[in-house]
Amino acid sequence: MGLSPRPDAARSQVVGGGEPWVTTRLDFLVNWARANSLWPMPFGTACCAIEFMATAASRYDLARFGMERQSFSPRQADVLICAGRVPFKLAPVLRRIWQQMPQPKWCISMGACASSGGMFDNYAVVQGIDTIIPVDVYVPGCPPRPEGLMYGILLLQKKVMNERAADKSLRNEMEPDPRSQLYIPPSAIDEVSEPFGNSVHQTRSGL
Amino acid sequence: MSTRFTPVVAGSALPSDAAAPATPKSVVHRGGTPNPGAAALQQQFAGAVRSVSVVWGETTVVVEGGQLLEIVRWLHDDPSQQYDYLVDVTAVEFRDLELPLEVVWHLRSLPYRRFLRLKVQLAKNAPLEVPSVWSVYRAADWMERECFDMFGIRFTGHPDLRRILMWEQYREGYPLRKDFPLRGRFSRSEQLRQALASNPEARYSKEELTIAQAFEDLPEDMRRRLNAGEQTGE
Repeated sequence: MGLSPRPDAARSQVVGGGEPWVTTRLDFLVNWARANSLWPMPFGTACCAIEFMATAASRYDLARFGMERQSFSPRQADVLICAGRVPFKLAPVLRRIWQQMPQPKWCISMGACASSGGMFDNYAVVQGIDTIIPVDVYVPGCPPRPEGLMYGILLLQKKVMNERAADKSLRNEMEPDPRSQLYIPPSAIDEVSEPFGNSVHQTRSGL
Repeated sequence: MSTRFTPVVAGSALPSDAAAPATPKSVVHRGGTPNPGAAALQQQFAGAVRSVSVVWGETTVVVEGGQLLEIVRWLHDDPSQQYDYLVDVTAVEFRDLELPLEVVWHLRSLPYRRFLRLKVQLAKNAPLEVPSVWSVYRAADWMERECFDMFGIRFTGHPDLRRILMWEQYREGYPLRKDFPLRGRFSRSEQLRQALASNPEARYSKEELTIAQAFEDLPEDMRRRLNAGEQTGE
């Protein structure tokens, strides 16, 4: 009976027959707390939001993963779950909501539309929310089943567990710097996407 | 044992011995009894009615654009018509370059249980302008704005004709026109740049008619900001 010590992290020892001690890494403790109390900010715009509601409801019960509280205010949220397509008109709103969330924060892109624009390859829809905000986990599906979203959440928890509190770069927020090597200018992105054609002139099939 | 249920409809203009409404058993594709409103229109506005056709039991009347507002007002006001419900205002563009662009009004008369479809044909080389029916039906306000947003048709007489679905700084044109590419005219990065540059909390500008009319009633700080040139989304 009782707690058995986790060999990888926490170790309890009895020093000199007095009070038992528990030692652990601070990273483990902080990450354990963070990963198991992720408060989601649901940003539901389409049918994926229905699946998200099903995930949060009693049958699938998101509360088991520490997501008891749906935070409809971005200021008290840890993870933004973007469920559904985002039109260009909504892009500045989503960006603003992301900026309003305090660090540490993560983002799950739920479904094909949020991840890549999905079937809405048209004039009105953002082709993937990762063009607006950083995304940690992409959940494929149209819409993904609740099990899919839960798997994405478990992946995110795994990612949170592997973070290091001392690594400040994880929490850095910055606008893309044109001098950085990671920065790809918009013209280059257009050029790379060119072989796939456009909706009027399809070259995707190679015909 | 069972007695027939006869609904009593308040406000119905049908005579009391009229047959109870029933779902038609079979409706022919083309032809059939036209709506009595069509014949009345031909009598009342002889020069303005171009054609009358019945498709799937619904009557379509193609009329001259110049007299549309009079026709709609008459259909609304005349006691023998009483088209009191504007169902839809929209437009149709055909792929054929020769065919004109059509603006469609769906009218329904609740007292007479009648449905009438009005159409106006607009040649593509002429300015796309039709009279607004806002002065007859307030419901036309947003529907005409949507039609303007998607097709670029100007509804003359509309009090506040501006985009409703796309944002007001949208510069790419009118998305439902046939010459509009499905992915838009600008590149993805340019579309995203323009979208992110807009301010989601700004919803007003001095150029908007409703604000300009109520300008004196606005709070002092908002008047100051508007006078300093602050605009929606800029």
